[in-house]
Amino acid sequence: MNDPARADGPRLAADLGKSDLLELYEYMALARAAEDRLEIMLKQGHVKGGLYRSLGQEAVGVGSAFALDRRVDGTGDMIAQTVRTTGAIFLMGGTPLQYFRQYLARSTGPTRGREANVHWCDFRKGLLGPVSPLGTMTQVMAGITLVFKQTGQPRVGLAYAGDGQTSTGAWHEGLNFAAVRRCPFVAIVQSNKYAFSTPIRLQTRLASFTGKAAGYGIESRSVDGNDVLEVFEATRDAVARARDGGGVTLIEARTYRRLGHAQHDAQEYVPREEIEEWERKDPIGRFRERMVREGWALESELDALDVAARERCEKDAERAIQEPAPDAEEAVQRVYEGLITSVPWTRLPEPTPRGAAI
Amino acid sequence: MSFNFSAPATEDTEADSAPVVTIDKPEHVTKTERGEPVTFLEAIAEALFEEMVRDGHVFLLGEDIGVYGGAFKVTKGFIDHFGSERIIDTPISEAGFTGAAAGAAHMGLRPVVEMQFMDFISPAYDVITNYIATSLYRGSGPMPVVIRGPVGGGNRGGPFHSQNVEMAFFHTPGLKIVYPSTPYDAKGLLKAAIRDDDPVIFEEHKGLYRAPQLREVLPTEDYVVPLGKARQVREGSDITLVTYGMMVHRSVEAASTLQGEDGVSVEILDLRTLLPLDDEAIMDSVRRTGRLLVVHEDTRTGGIAGEIAMRVNEQAFEFLDAPILRVAAIDAPVPYAGTLEDYFLPQTHDVVTALRYLARY
Ligand SMILES: Cc1ncc(C[n+]2csc(CCOP(=O)(O)OP(=O)(O)O)c2C)c(N)n1
Repeated sequence: MNDPARADGPRLAADLGKSDLLELYEYMALARAAEDRLEIMLKQGHVKGGLYRSLGQEAVGVGSAFALDRRVDGTGDMIAQTVRTTGAIFLMGGTPLQYFRQYLARSTGPTRGREANVHWCDFRKGLLGPVSPLGTMTQVMAGITLVFKQTGQPRVGLAYAGDGQTSTGAWHEGLNFAAVRRCPFVAIVQSNKYAFSTPIRLQTRLASFTGKAAGYGIESRSVDGNDVLEVFEATRDAVARARDGGGVTLIEARTYRRLGHAQHDAQEYVPREEIEEWERKDPIGRFRERMVREGWALESELDALDVAARERCEKDAERAIQEPAPDAEEAVQRVYEGLITSVPWTRLPEPTPRGAAI
Repeated sequence: MSFNFSAPATEDTEADSAPVVTIDKPEHVTKTERGEPVTFLEAIAEALFEEMVRDGHVFLLGEDIGVYGGAFKVTKGFIDHFGSERIIDTPISEAGFTGAAAGAAHMGLRPVVEMQFMDFISPAYDVITNYIATSLYRGSGPMPVVIRGPVGGGNRGGPFHSQNVEMAFFHTPGLKIVYPSTPYDAKGLLKAAIRDDDPVIFEEHKGLYRAPQLREVLPTEDYVVPLGKARQVREGSDITLVTYGMMVHRSVEAASTLQGEDGVSVEILDLRTLLPLDDEAIMDSVRRTGRLLVVHEDTRTGGIAGEIAMRVNEQAFEFLDAPILRVAAIDAPVPYAGTLEDYFLPQTHDVVTALRYLARY
C-alpha cells in the first residue's frame, strides 16, 4: 500500500493490485508460520509461560494494518497490538526474529527478557507495547492520537481489543475520551466468540459490538473478520475518515478463536463442531481459494509464499534458540532512568546491609 | 443488618439460564472426607465449597469461574452443584463486580470475589479502598466481602501475572489481609475470612497451589484458623525470623541449614494475617531471641518489613542485640526471563546469608 511501485498493474479487488494481494496473503501465512514454530519450541521446552495464538484470526490483524500508513522512521500510523494480531505486528515492521527472541526471553530481544509475548514497543515502527491489564492500551492510544491531532500530524492510531476487553471500564473511558476529542482513532473489536472461556452473551446484551458506538456518538461498522479484503476496506475507510478529522470509528470484526485462550486451555467448554465449522472458514484458506478462482494468483505462487514463510520462521527460530538469556544482574537496571535499583545486600561480595541503600 | 435470607433465589437470569442442578460434589473437594491428603489449592476449594453448603448467603463472582472452573480450576464443578446464581461468571469488569459484591453485602449476602490474577485487582482499587474499606466507619454497615486470588512469582509469568498486592492495601484502614502458606491454614483462614464481617483480601501463592510436598491430611470436622494470629513454624532461641507465604518454605530450608551447619537456632513465625499484624507474637519472640530477620517475597521498599521493624523499635527496642534486617525482592517490576526473575526473587541462600550475618553480629 505504501510503496507506489506496488500500485502498478490493474486494480483487482478493493482497489488493490496483484502485489498487494500477494502481500496480504504473505503476512497471514507468516503469522501462522511463526505461531506454528512457536508451538514447536514450546514442546521442545524453549518457551516458558503462556503461548497465545491468533490461529483463524489472521485476517483481522493483517487486513487492518495493511490499511495504515506504515513507516519505520517513527512518522507513520500506530497500532496497539495484542496476542491475536501477530500478522499486524509483522506488517508494521516487527520481525519473526524479534517475536521469537521476545517469547524466548533472550537478551537480544526487544525487552531484553523483561517482558513476555507481544509486549514490546517500537515507536519507529508504530508498535505500542501492551501491558496485560485489559483496556489500558485503548486509553493510552487515545492520548497518542490526541497529540497527532493537536500537533497537526496526519497520523492515525489503531487499538485492537477482544470482545471481553470491551467490558472493562478502561476501554470505555479511553474510547469515550477519544470520541469526545474527535481523535484520529480506530478501535477494532475482534469478536471471536470467547474471552478465555466466557461466551459473548455473558459480556454484553448486544448482538453486535457496533451497538456500543451509539453510546459514544461514533461511527461503526461490522465486518466478516475472516475476509481479509473486507477487513481491509472497512479499516481503510475508517482511517481515511480519522485522518480527515472525522473522529473515531469502531469496527467489529467477527471471527473465531480456534484454539484455547492459551496453550494450557483445552477448550472443553467449546463444542467440537463449532471449531470444525470455523476451520472451514479459515481466513487463509478462503483467501487462497478466492485468489486462485478469480485468477489473481497461481497456486504455485501462493505455495512459494507458504514455503518462504515457514523457512524464514524455522531459520529465525533456530537463531533465537542459540542466543543467550539476559545476565541475572540486569534485573536491577532501567527501573529508573539513570538510577540503579539496589542489589540485594545478601549478594554483595562482603554481605552487609549498609550496602543496600539505593 | 438483619436480613433473613434463605439461599438466594434460583430463577434463571436472562444472562445465563443454566439450570441449578445438584449433582455430586466435585472430586477435588471430597479428599478430606475420604481421609486423603489435599494440596493447597484443594484446601481452598474445600473451604469455599463447605462455606457455600453451610451458609446460603455465600456466593462467588469472578471471571471464568463457572463452566471453566477458574483459571486455576479452584471452582471446577461448582456451577453444576450450586448453579449460575451462586457461581457468577462475570464480564471482564473487576471494578464492576467488586462494587456489585459490596452491594450484595449490604443486602446481607457474603460474596467471595475471585480475581483471575491478583495483578488485576487494580481496576477495583477505588471501590475497595474508598467504598468497601470505609463502609463501617461511614455508618453504612459491615462489609463481609472476601477478595481472593493467585499472587506471587517464580512461574515465569512476567510483570502482570506475578505480583504480590498486600502492600497496595496495607495502608488502607478497614481492610484485613491474609496470606497463608499451608493447606491447613489456607482452609481455616479462608473459612474465617468468609465468616468475618470485615472485608478481607486473601492472597494465594500460585507456586503453593499444587506443590506436592505440601499435601496434608486435614481434620474432617469443621475448623477455622483465627484471623490476626501468627503461627510458630519452628521454635528457636537465637534469631526470630518473621515471614509469610512462599517465603515460609524458603525460610524453613535456611533455618535447617543454620541449625545443621552453624548450630544456630532460628525461630520462625508465619504471620498468616498481615493486617491486623500479630504484634504480640512478634514481640514475644523477639524478646526471647534479641535478633530479628523479616523475609518477604514482595519488593523491598514499602514492604511489610518496614512496619514490623518500626513496631519492634517501639515495643521491644531494649531487647535487641542486633539491627533488624530484611530479605526481600528487589525494587523492580517482576521480570519474565528465568535468569532475571530468579535474581529478582529472594532465594534460600539470601536468607542463609542474612541469618549468618545476624548470628555473628
Ligand atoms: C483487567 C484484566 N482482567 C483480567 C485479565 C485476564 N485475562 C487476560 S486475557 C482475558 C480474556 C480476554 O478476552 P478478549 O478481550 O475477548 O480477548 P481474546 O483473548 O478473546 O482475544 C482475561 C480475562 C486481564 N488481562 N486484565
